Amino acid sequence: MTSATIVSLLPRLPRTGRVTQAHVLRSEWTKLRSVRSTRWSLVVAFAVTLGVGAIASAVVVNRWPHMQAHDRRDFHPLEVNFAGVQLAQLAIGVLGVLVMTAEYSTGMIRASFTAVPKRLPVLWGKAVVYAATTLALMVPAVLLSFVIVQSILSRRHIEVAFGAPHVARAVLGAALYLTVVGLFALGLGAIVRNTAGGIAAFAGVMFVLPPLMNVLPTSWNDAASPYLPLAAGEAIMATTPGNHLAPWLGLLLFSGYAAAAIGVAAVLLNRRDV
Amino acid sequence: MIEADGLTKRYGETTAVNDLSFSVRPGIVTGFLGPNGSGKSTTMRLVLGLDAPTSGDVTVAGKHYAEHPAPLHEVGALLEARSVHTGRSAYNHLLSLAQTHGIPKRRVSDLIELVGLEAVAKKRAGQFSLGMGQRLGIAAALLGDPEVVMLDEPVNGLDPEGIRWIRDLLKSLAAEGRTVFLSSHLMSEMAMTADHLIVIGRGRLIADESVRDFVRRHSRNIVRVRSPQAVELAEVVSSPDVVVDSIEPGLLEIEGLTAEQIGEAAAARGYVLHELTLQQVTLEDAFIDITQDELEFKTHRPFGAQPEQEEVPT
Repeated sequence: MTSATIVSLLPRLPRTGRVTQAHVLRSEWTKLRSVRSTRWSLVVAFAVTLGVGAIASAVVVNRWPHMQAHDRRDFHPLEVNFAGVQLAQLAIGVLGVLVMTAEYSTGMIRASFTAVPKRLPVLWGKAVVYAATTLALMVPAVLLSFVIVQSILSRRHIEVAFGAPHVARAVLGAALYLTVVGLFALGLGAIVRNTAGGIAAFAGVMFVLPPLMNVLPTSWNDAASPYLPLAAGEAIMATTPGNHLAPWLGLLLFSGYAAAAIGVAAVLLNRRDV
Repeated sequence: MIEADGLTKRYGETTAVNDLSFSVRPGIVTGFLGPNGSGKSTTMRLVLGLDAPTSGDVTVAGKHYAEHPAPLHEVGALLEARSVHTGRSAYNHLLSLAQTHGIPKRRVSDLIELVGLEAVAKKRAGQFSLGMGQRLGIAAALLGDPEVVMLDEPVNGLDPEGIRWIRDLLKSLAAEGRTVFLSSHLMSEMAMTADHLIVIGRGRLIADESVRDFVRRHSRNIVRVRSPQAVELAEVVSSPDVVVDSIEPGLLEIEGLTAEQIGEAAAARGYVLHELTLQQVTLEDAFIDITQDELEFKTHRPFGAQPEQEEVPT
């Protein structure tokens, strides 16, 4: 093989592109869709949102004739609807962590930051692409789940209509909540940079912290608990009064936590060696 | 053009790169030579801004790498550590990198063809052999048609055909006027590919010269002579330009004379020779010699310092 043949094999690029946020967004979309674990996590999140709600509502419909009066009184047709969301948030949170940490564990981050050495466009790109993907999947998931669950409940005439007070806000709010869960997890993953640590941080803050609050005196616990990330975020799905923040205020606060996590990650991303 | 000026990188107590200044010029292949752990990979990460220098500076075409609007057109880099998501196909890996610069898909296919990965382009990169991974890394490096090609140990894991392929490729890239900077811990590889050498050991610059000068300076010829009259012969041949080492009784190593000259000198006096062998010192030996000098200098210093410290309290 002579040198001349190689020169002709490597053509020059006709024109020079440049790094823009729009280009990085496309790149991040390619990254997200081209890994099997991503597709599976999202399929799982979608399936459990539908499936768990359907199973939970079928159980209620079966047991309804044998249920105590006070249990019937406490029953809310949206609560079973959100049983699936409880599980979906785990899949979405874990994937949110992985979106960042898988780049570190595989070494891909070196290629990513060589292509985009200013680094922050990669973080913004990942956040936007992941949030958009989650929202685009979870809005139909919660709507479909609502239709399925309420039609099952209608056999006992205990369903709720989409037009009833707060229902549309709570159902669509569930999709927004899951999206913010993904962003919060992504921010934590970017801070910790390690998959196991990231998932531990996410699960710890979201699910372990709230029961730990029980060690506090009750009045303190009651005062502080609504402001924890999980409780604040879930306020958007509440349709009954209780010890929680106003729905949109809660979601706003939860979004604030997510923004803070991503903000800290951004600062660290600029400071740390890769 | 890569220019490093007093480049230093410390990780905690360890100094990986120590006050390194050099420049890598376009149009030639510059070899970056040093034993494993001498700071080559760290230096390359500093060039790309993946790590920030503790002090000093390094620029590409007069700017910090990150300040270029289209970095992949400036530097195409292959790092020694794997930089590929194992779950993504080779094609999608390259596509995701190309998209950051708006480089068309056509270019991705061209490069997959160039490095010979067409058959496995849709396979997950985690299933690649070391050699295939290297080819994928080289494709990624050439995506942006870069002015500077910087490769860390590119022949690692390549078969002989692949090694020749990369050698030819690098020479042709340099002939096109690009800057080619490649690291290796193998001197023989450098002698085949590089025009210029930057040698480091323990993060410090040891040599910065053309391969021809390096070879001239470091290749020596030693003649091994076995003779019952070794002592007498040593006296006869000794002169200021000749170094005679007495290895054991009856065995000499003579540097500075040819085998012919020694044989004739012995014959003129009637000395008996049992052996007269030319021993060529290879570039590899020369490289090990100079880098070990550096290592010894470093490791001996703490021992030299210790007695003084101990004497103070007593």
